[in-house]
Amino acid sequence: MIVAALLKRKLALLGLVIITVFVLAAIFAPFIAPFPPEQQFFEGLTLEGAPLPPNAQFWLGTDLLGRDLLSRLLFGSQATLLVGVVANGIALVIGAVIGMTAGYLRGWAATLLMGFTDLMMSFPILLLAILLAAMTSPGLWKVAFVIAMVSWVQVARVVYAETMSLSEREYVVAVRSVGASTPRIILRHILPHLLPTLIVWGTLGIATTSLFEAVLSYLGVGVQPPTPSWGNMVNENQTYFESAPWLVFFPSLCIGFLALAFNLIGDALRDILDPTLRGRH
Amino acid sequence: MAAYLLRRLMRAALILLGVSLITYVLLFLLPADPARQVAGRTASVAQVEQVRHQLGLDRPVWEQYGRYIARLASGDLGRSYVQRSQVSELVGSRLPATLLLMVGAIFCELLFGLTLGAFAAFRRNTLMDQGIMLGAFFFVSQPQFFLSYLLLYLFAVILGWFPIGGYGDFKHLVLPAVTLGLIGTGWYARIMRSSVIEVLRQDYVRTARAKGLTRGRTILVHIVPNALLPILAMIGLDIGTFMGGIVVVESVFGWPGIGQLTWQAIQQIDIPIIMGVTLVSACAIVLGNLLADLVAPLIDPRIRLK
Repeated sequence: MIVAALLKRKLALLGLVIITVFVLAAIFAPFIAPFPPEQQFFEGLTLEGAPLPPNAQFWLGTDLLGRDLLSRLLFGSQATLLVGVVANGIALVIGAVIGMTAGYLRGWAATLLMGFTDLMMSFPILLLAILLAAMTSPGLWKVAFVIAMVSWVQVARVVYAETMSLSEREYVVAVRSVGASTPRIILRHILPHLLPTLIVWGTLGIATTSLFEAVLSYLGVGVQPPTPSWGNMVNENQTYFESAPWLVFFPSLCIGFLALAFNLIGDALRDILDPTLRGRH
Repeated sequence: MAAYLLRRLMRAALILLGVSLITYVLLFLLPADPARQVAGRTASVAQVEQVRHQLGLDRPVWEQYGRYIARLASGDLGRSYVQRSQVSELVGSRLPATLLLMVGAIFCELLFGLTLGAFAAFRRNTLMDQGIMLGAFFFVSQPQFFLSYLLLYLFAVILGWFPIGGYGDFKHLVLPAVTLGLIGTGWYARIMRSSVIEVLRQDYVRTARAKGLTRGRTILVHIVPNALLPILAMIGLDIGTFMGGIVVVESVFGWPGIGQLTWQAIQQIDIPIIMGVTLVSACAIVLGNLLADLVAPLIDPRIRLK
């Protein structure tokens, strides 16, 4: 039903198409990439050692080490998608657990948990992420974990507010009065009502986490070379940006379109799933 | 109101204390040796140990943190390990550049965002509206370094209208401010659009039109001022995003502000500076949030500050 509603919206459809293309690129990168992503070509650089513009052999040109840019972009989609999706998944779980616990239990537990959430809201999160990333050794999963650590806050606040209002409803009071246990109430009677919110944040959040990956990798503290990610490709190639701007623009555009796609779908989902918004947009 | 403010300020102080504690512990856990940095590469082991003792770095972490907070309470942010000057002086000397950039960026995002958002709302569900909203989505989805390099390439390298980077007159400000502003433009356009649509549904707008006010006057006097209130709250909440954005934008444009200072300090693991800029940014964010909460009752009189 949700999918059918999504397919009717032009912008959401555009988002779905973009994501499908990127996911297929990530899965089939080893089969469709014209060259191995780390192979340096002698003929991939000019005699002066500068990268080549797009040509018949290297469709999107070569990078500063004479590697094929198209192949690196295809393989780069793996790191970017993996980190974005995993980071957002972890953030969603942390945010939901904290928000539901605080919203249902109230009292000192809520004061403590939401106090900590407020504290995280006031943190300059890019700085926090950089510090966390600098502490751990590099690796895709660690980058995802670091991004999750700074991304759960919004989810926790939204889930907290909704759980508070849900736990006041009569049906919850009724199941409580017949003696249902707290975990059972939360999991069977509150969580299902939070699903629309979690679906919306699960989609919109990927836009934020993959942009975060891009910025961290661009700054050199995210996904580490030689593993290509769209962010670290910009980092590597930015010294050539005046003479070979495509080396910066192609990976950047990939990130931008990926985030755009998740934003478009997330926004459409919010429209579909939240009846109070219907007709206002 | 006074009691509310007092309670909010105490809460803000608690939050800042928490931020300082977390940052301090994280920095302590970093695999780096500050004593070696201060003593210099050529120093002997004995000299390094002496420096370690002088700086109190051989003490347990909670004692070091206690001393840091005690000095902070008297307004002392400590001394940079690498640049040898007071952190407060370093931050103070960079602050005007960042504030200038911030004012420029907010001006751009309000100018573009509010105009486009209001325009889209009045032309709701037309091709123009959809185009503006797609554009808004496009800009909020771009990584800051892309817009930085795109504008730099188009307007500095190709057209040569603006300098490639640096700090000085108005021309240097335009590109970095527009870069930061364009990302915000997307958010403001979306909020302004739904805010105007909300106001358009109100009875007082129908009354204004019914009593014979012209369309232009209704828009200027009744619609826009009421639609602007949610935007005020938005500016306050925006400061956190801005603090993240300046690290990238300032380093691409060579803008000598807090962002560049932060990035240098991180690369040199200059702990006192990192602590200082973290606290300054957290202060800005906390104040921004407070501002947003204070304007909330203006937007919706049903909200009471408790």
